[in-house]
Amino acid sequence: MTARDERALEMDFAVARQDFAAAGEVASRVKQVLRQLGIASDLVRRAAVAAYEAEMNLVIHSSGGKIVLKVDSERIVVEARDIGPGIPDIELAMREGYSTASDEVREMGFGAGMGLPNMRRCSDAFTIDSSAGRGTTVTAAIYIAKPGS
Amino acid sequence: MESRFHSVKLLEDKCKGCTNCIKRCPTEAIRVREGKAVINAARCIDCGECVRTCDNHAKAIIANSLEDLQGFDYNIALPAPALYSQIGRASGPDEVVWALEQMGFDAVCDVSFGADIITECTRRYIKENTLLKPLISSACPAVVRLVQVRFPGLIPHLAKMESPMYAAARVARARVGAQLRIPDERIGVFFISPCAAKVTAIISPLGSQESYVNGALSIGDIYGRLIANLGRGGSSRPLYRGSGLGFGWAMDGGELRALGDMKALAVDGIHNVIGVLEEADSGRLKRVDYIEALACQAGCVGGPATVENPFVARVRMRDVSAGIDARSMAESLQLAWDCIDEFGDDFFHMHEPIHPLAGMELAESLESAIARMGELERIVRELPGLDCGACGSPTCRTHAEDVVCGRAIETDCVFKLRERMQEMAEDLLRLARTDLPSMARRDDD
Repeated sequence: MTARDERALEMDFAVARQDFAAAGEVASRVKQVLRQLGIASDLVRRAAVAAYEAEMNLVIHSSGGKIVLKVDSERIVVEARDIGPGIPDIELAMREGYSTASDEVREMGFGAGMGLPNMRRCSDAFTIDSSAGRGTTVTAAIYIAKPGS
Repeated sequence: MESRFHSVKLLEDKCKGCTNCIKRCPTEAIRVREGKAVINAARCIDCGECVRTCDNHAKAIIANSLEDLQGFDYNIALPAPALYSQIGRASGPDEVVWALEQMGFDAVCDVSFGADIITECTRRYIKENTLLKPLISSACPAVVRLVQVRFPGLIPHLAKMESPMYAAARVARARVGAQLRIPDERIGVFFISPCAAKVTAIISPLGSQESYVNGALSIGDIYGRLIANLGRGGSSRPLYRGSGLGFGWAMDGGELRALGDMKALAVDGIHNVIGVLEEADSGRLKRVDYIEALACQAGCVGGPATVENPFVARVRMRDVSAGIDARSMAESLQLAWDCIDEFGDDFFHMHEPIHPLAGMELAESLESAIARMGELERIVRELPGLDCGACGSPTCRTHAEDVVCGRAIETDCVFKLRERMQEMAEDLLRLARTDLPSMARRDDD
């Protein structure tokens, strides 16, 4: 598969902090793009869940950032990049039920501490790169199975 | 690409090429080409939204006609409950049954009776099975097609129940065949339909291999004759009639009222349905067990083949539903249970798998789809983003899709065309100002 790197798609979607009215739009766009690429619906669904959780994290916790969708013939990558404030303790942030969301956000039904664990659950490869005081990059990759494999 | 039957058709001579329908189509299936609307058969879900939108009445629902009854020895009419919402208060359900008989039917079997059967089967199906949640009602065929075309990930969530129409048809057919000893192929069963999607479902059934219904008549098509016969004042009883709850299925929220206490959500209007399905598709409706989704606002009483204002029709439907007295309500429910005992639950379940329908993809292979998507993004960035529709595509984005798929060219956009003309005019001016060797040098003013 030599053509794999030549034929790659990369799309950026900006996400503003605290913009609850627009929250979910990026995930819908990601889903639409993947559907138009003819990706199998279970993979589309996993990628859409990852994108949604990533988008909500940016809205609730970050100072703003973007979701980057990358697709080539082998994988779908959903990457959330933000400009801060960073995650001081990644292990704690990955624990189910742990959240630093405010009471207001919880009242809206968010902040259950399931975002990152959900993202990890629906991805085949998952990484977080962050520390307090600088930005965070969360990467979720979903592999596209070759027909017959 | 497979060709699919559709009951929604364009009447070319009436189409003025305005862009109203392309804007309302929930699957972006319509384009205006050479001054006429063109429907993409792969994407059309027969919701009838374009029929409703078109001010020139250029979209029609192609259904059967009363002449088609000639092909059978014994004809049964299956009126959708919504039919009763289209008639003024002066005529009760029995007058409507009589009027249908005057139009050539030997018997009438209310679909509300099928609704009672399906209500009970759905209740048991939910109780006895571990199902994916939320479960999505398959009662509205336009919604089922929408799921197939736009939300294939939700196909496993569809309740695999036959429609009330099929339940009524199967029971009526079996009873008439047995009691009157008429061979099955001589019995004609015709649905009186409030919508295009049901007509399509009859001609190419969604779940069942064979169609138990021979054809469909649109309420709009037969309305005149029905009203004329109603004025003559006769009255007759149907073979079977459902409960008030069964009639209620024709209104938004009616299926849920019949099913009873559940963590359920009811949504009507195709664009609202899309919003809810987006939520469900992203796994965000975890607290909802059941979704009733109807393509038409106010439910089937607002179907594109109806004649009355949907909200007026809903009030009438409520009256009809409330007019079924308590005793006959108990009788109808008992009748539904008896039918389930006799035929078995399984008889009313959809057995064929529901497949995703292709239509939204940019290309067949992932590699070329990726290449096209990259190109599409480039084109979209250069378009004005006004979604004016003058290019014949509903939005700038769909125009870009059409360009990368070879169905349109970039200068179909009037803004791109204007840019190109400006460039050409500037080139022309530059050329016109070029000095020729034989001419005296001109001073620039």
